[in-house]
Amino acid sequence: MPMGLFWFLAVVTVIASLGVILQRNPVHCLLSLVVTLLAIAVIFIGEDAVVVGFLQAIVYAGAIMVLFLFVIWLLNIGADTGPSGHLALKFFGGVAAAALIAELLIFLLPPHLKVKFAGHSATYGSIESLARTLFSQYIVAFEITSILLLIAIVGAVALARRGPGSQLAKSASGSAPAERVL
Amino acid sequence: MVPLPYMMALSAIVFVIGVAGFITRRNILIMFMSVELMLNAVNLAFIGLASRLGTMDGQVIVFFVMTVAAAEAAVGLAIIISVFRNRETVRADELNLLKW
Repeated sequence: MPMGLFWFLAVVTVIASLGVILQRNPVHCLLSLVVTLLAIAVIFIGEDAVVVGFLQAIVYAGAIMVLFLFVIWLLNIGADTGPSGHLALKFFGGVAAAALIAELLIFLLPPHLKVKFAGHSATYGSIESLARTLFSQYIVAFEITSILLLIAIVGAVALARRGPGSQLAKSASGSAPAERVL
Repeated sequence: MVPLPYMMALSAIVFVIGVAGFITRRNILIMFMSVELMLNAVNLAFIGLASRLGTMDGQVIVFFVMTVAAAEAAVGLAIIISVFRNRETVRADELNLLKW
């Protein structure tokens, strides 16, 4: 990946991710998040992780973000108040964030982190090499993840649907919508 | 190839932005989006390191992170819908039932 492209994507990523936490309207926050995720997907592709980059664009920027947008629309959420809280909370939040980024940069930047570029084959990052790793070395984790997804689907449906009792009780009594049970 | 420190610095910056958003915002949905930001920052570090080490392990980990993020988003949004149905709010500071 050329350095110019990386700088462009890095600036887009940082500005869009600042947009996620600074804008008031949740829909605008979500659109900023989509821009962030797409920029990160392009960085992935530039880093020879082609399949993961496309998966990022399809699964993250596509499916998960549509789910978020659907929930925002479903709950009919208007403009929020932006970053809130007491002034002291904001101050200490800022101090904590600055301390964290200083710590991370000190830890992550040289000379602590020495990684030699090992060089890789032409098929690195292809769907074949990903599948060979995924289905040999990580097969147990893969199967556990599939069970996790199944549990998540069942749990999401069980959590989000209305209980059979509340719906029946409401239609039977005809009134008293306050009888919603947690 | 982009030098590794640049990738790691970008990852650290995005992660801290996510942390700051999680601390300062009170809308549960936006706190959730901040969590997604943090996950993606970590993915960025994984991809950068995997590409330089020449192994596929980092990419496989990113694959798993994305899967777990999808599961987390599904369950989390279901919980948000359930909470909104009962309390009619998505502001975290108004959900004080367990507050002592």
